Amino acid sequence: MRMPGVILKRALYHLVRKAATIRYPYVKTPMPDKFRGQISFDPKKCIGCKICMRDCPAGAIIIKKSEEGDIEAEIDLGRCIYCAQCVDSCPKKAVQYTARFELAQSDRKILKVRYRSEPKNPVKKQP
Amino acid sequence: MAKALFNILIFPGFLFLFVLGLAVEYLDRKLYAKFQNRIGPRWYQPAADFIKLLGKEDMVPQEADAAVFKLMPAFALAANITAFLYIPIWEKKSLFSFGGDVIVVLYLLTLPTLTYFLGGWYSRSVYAMLGAVRSLTQLFAYEVPLFTCILASALLANTWSLEGMALFYSAHPGYWLFNLTGFAVSLVSLLGKLEKVPFDIPEAETEIVAGSFTEYGGRFLAFFRMSMNIELTVGAGLLAAVFLPFGLDLAPAFVFSLFIIKVVFIIGAVSLVRSIMARLRLDQMINLCWKYFAPLAFLQVLINLLAKWVLIR
Amino acid sequence: MHDSGEVNIPIGPQHPALKEPESFLITLRGEKITAVNIKIGYNHRGIEKACEERTYIQDLYLIERICGICSHSHSTCFAQAVEEIAALEVPVRALYIRSLIGELERIHSHLLWLGVAGHEIGFDTLLMYTWRDREVVMDLLALLTGNRVNYGINTIGGVRRDISEEQIKEVKGAMDILEERTKYYVDIAEGEATLSKRLSGVGVLSYDDALRLGAVGPTARASGVERDVRKDDPYAAYAELDFKVITDKHADVYGRTLVRLKELMESYKIVRQIIKDLPEGPIVIKAPRKIPAGEALSRYEAPRGEDAHYVLANGTERPERVKVRAPTLANIQAVTHMLKDRYLADMPIVIAAIDPCFSCADRLVSVDGPGLKRKKTMTWEALRLFGIEWHKKQGIDISSLNKKISRMIK
Repeated sequence: MRMPGVILKRALYHLVRKAATIRYPYVKTPMPDKFRGQISFDPKKCIGCKICMRDCPAGAIIIKKSEEGDIEAEIDLGRCIYCAQCVDSCPKKAVQYTARFELAQSDRKILKVRYRSEPKNPVKKQP
Repeated sequence: MAKALFNILIFPGFLFLFVLGLAVEYLDRKLYAKFQNRIGPRWYQPAADFIKLLGKEDMVPQEADAAVFKLMPAFALAANITAFLYIPIWEKKSLFSFGGDVIVVLYLLTLPTLTYFLGGWYSRSVYAMLGAVRSLTQLFAYEVPLFTCILASALLANTWSLEGMALFYSAHPGYWLFNLTGFAVSLVSLLGKLEKVPFDIPEAETEIVAGSFTEYGGRFLAFFRMSMNIELTVGAGLLAAVFLPFGLDLAPAFVFSLFIIKVVFIIGAVSLVRSIMARLRLDQMINLCWKYFAPLAFLQVLINLLAKWVLIR
Repeated sequence: MHDSGEVNIPIGPQHPALKEPESFLITLRGEKITAVNIKIGYNHRGIEKACEERTYIQDLYLIERICGICSHSHSTCFAQAVEEIAALEVPVRALYIRSLIGELERIHSHLLWLGVAGHEIGFDTLLMYTWRDREVVMDLLALLTGNRVNYGINTIGGVRRDISEEQIKEVKGAMDILEERTKYYVDIAEGEATLSKRLSGVGVLSYDDALRLGAVGPTARASGVERDVRKDDPYAAYAELDFKVITDKHADVYGRTLVRLKELMESYKIVRQIIKDLPEGPIVIKAPRKIPAGEALSRYEAPRGEDAHYVLANGTERPERVKVRAPTLANIQAVTHMLKDRYLADMPIVIAAIDPCFSCADRLVSVDGPGLKRKKTMTWEALRLFGIEWHKKQGIDISSLNKKISRMIK
């Protein structure tokens, strides 16, 4: 015979048990290792092969290489789909995952993150 | 005159009821969340919701009847607050007791349901009209068990006033135990009156958006929700006064705390039932009420008549 | 509105009962449904066309984002089709890892469905409990693949990430927890009176009707149709695994609930087998960037039913044509049949019982039949001009917007 309210015992048990939810944003759960959050870029390791640009499904990575070998990169967090294909494609491991995922902004311009490597042959100032 | 104004506006009138309504909503939502293994809202959440709704734009649909649309929340609120004035809180009688006030309270509790129907019908939106019709259909189902059980308790006490019932049950301690069947049935029927799961058919969110309240927003919705909270308090208070009339001989402060404890217990039972069952369909609900609850209510009347004949010649 | 007492009530495109936009125009008489008119296409995003302009590697991620819950199904189905065209021999360890993630996705999807079904009938507690258990699976998937949905574990020729010993231990622990909790839900489904009152006798689809209307997945299996791509046409590692195809005789929403619950128990068994028998070896084989010309149709058992992908390659880096046939498209024809002469209160649960994923289903559908006279093929330019003319007739003039857009592109 089917009774209504069979979860009565479980419901009362939950009254005394710890809650399954947390008080976000005062308490946050950490993300596991190799979580696909924001992509970090190290301009020093980049050689300008642009394989990541070719493989990106969303066109979020733009790499510019000057004649002296200076790298200028722009990653658009708004376009990125966090698939980390660039991490797999990069031969020099210049692109890595981080666990940052709270990236919301109200200004779209802030979402375009720019990286620049140090100029290899800095122009000396004339005295 | 000043005392009357104080009574109507502050205690136990508007202000007291507003605060009590907000506290009751908090208790209900917190318990519901705890049963579902969640944390639940903070204590100021119902007040924040009320203030937020007051600040929103209130739109009246073009095809709706504006006068009825705007008046219905006020009627619902007025009916519920007036009903509360007859419930004994800190002593055996309330401020405005008179012979026959049980009937008046029951009548005043029916008025809000009528306002939900009228408000929904005159909104002229398909969802609202469906919800309004369901609200009235549900009224026909749960009203008979609810009224019969309360009147059964009044029958045993041989009076139609809440004060008379309080006096009778204090004079005969233990007689309120005869009414336990009626208490159970009226607790479930109260769920129908308050439109909570398993009987929240008029306001089924996944079927008809929000039922009668679909087109309501802003301060009209704020007052409707406040009136629903106060209806919960009034219903719990009525059940506490009719079915749990013990401990009324003590000092007023104790009686008041006991009243709060009884109301909290009834609201706890309402929240518990709300969280362990699914919503019934309208035809299933009517079947249930007429096939099982109405006979149980009449059984309660029979028990009380027998008790009256045997014990109190 | 009140001629002959019939009311037209629009369920959708925006409605609390639907998780995704679709239009069901229901004609009511009192509380009884007399007619249902379904219109789909609100979630069409031009994915098939977008696939033609991207390389195969990029397409994997695009196809994966057709849907949030069936994402691994679509991605694996597409990868299988491309691997079949290129005649790539995917290593066995990769096939096992693909099946593992596929089964975890099935567990995730069925737990989500239980919660949604509970919410549609007003049983919010079931929603909260099952979605709390779903967190266990999502945390596990975040550990294994790097994200909670849209796993991105596939690549053409294998998988991208390997699974370590500690992760296998986590999987075992998670399966134990989930199995105990699912047993509790089976008890609730069989013992709770209000649940069975709302679910029994609702959305009845007989065996013959299921075959005639082309239902797939748990919708069909609850009517006794024994169809499961994992057994009929094994792919990935399923040929070597031992599991049952769950069918049920109830043929209504209650039957579908039982089928999904029992499939959950079978999935736990399959996951345990996979992590016990995981073979050693490489996880990927190098795939060429240019796939040789050819075509392939691949099928996959998504949590909702049979998912079919067709890929036509032409020897370049980009596919020539990609076609996706999602399971919900096959199941949605049955909704009209199931809703006849039922109450309005049954509508949300009947629609939820086929586990609708309209994002998957809204692709291009061409209808062909003996009664249709006109057949026209249009080029892209002609289609665009046709669209502009159609909007002009409705009173919307988009030519100024067009000029602005073409200026922006330049």
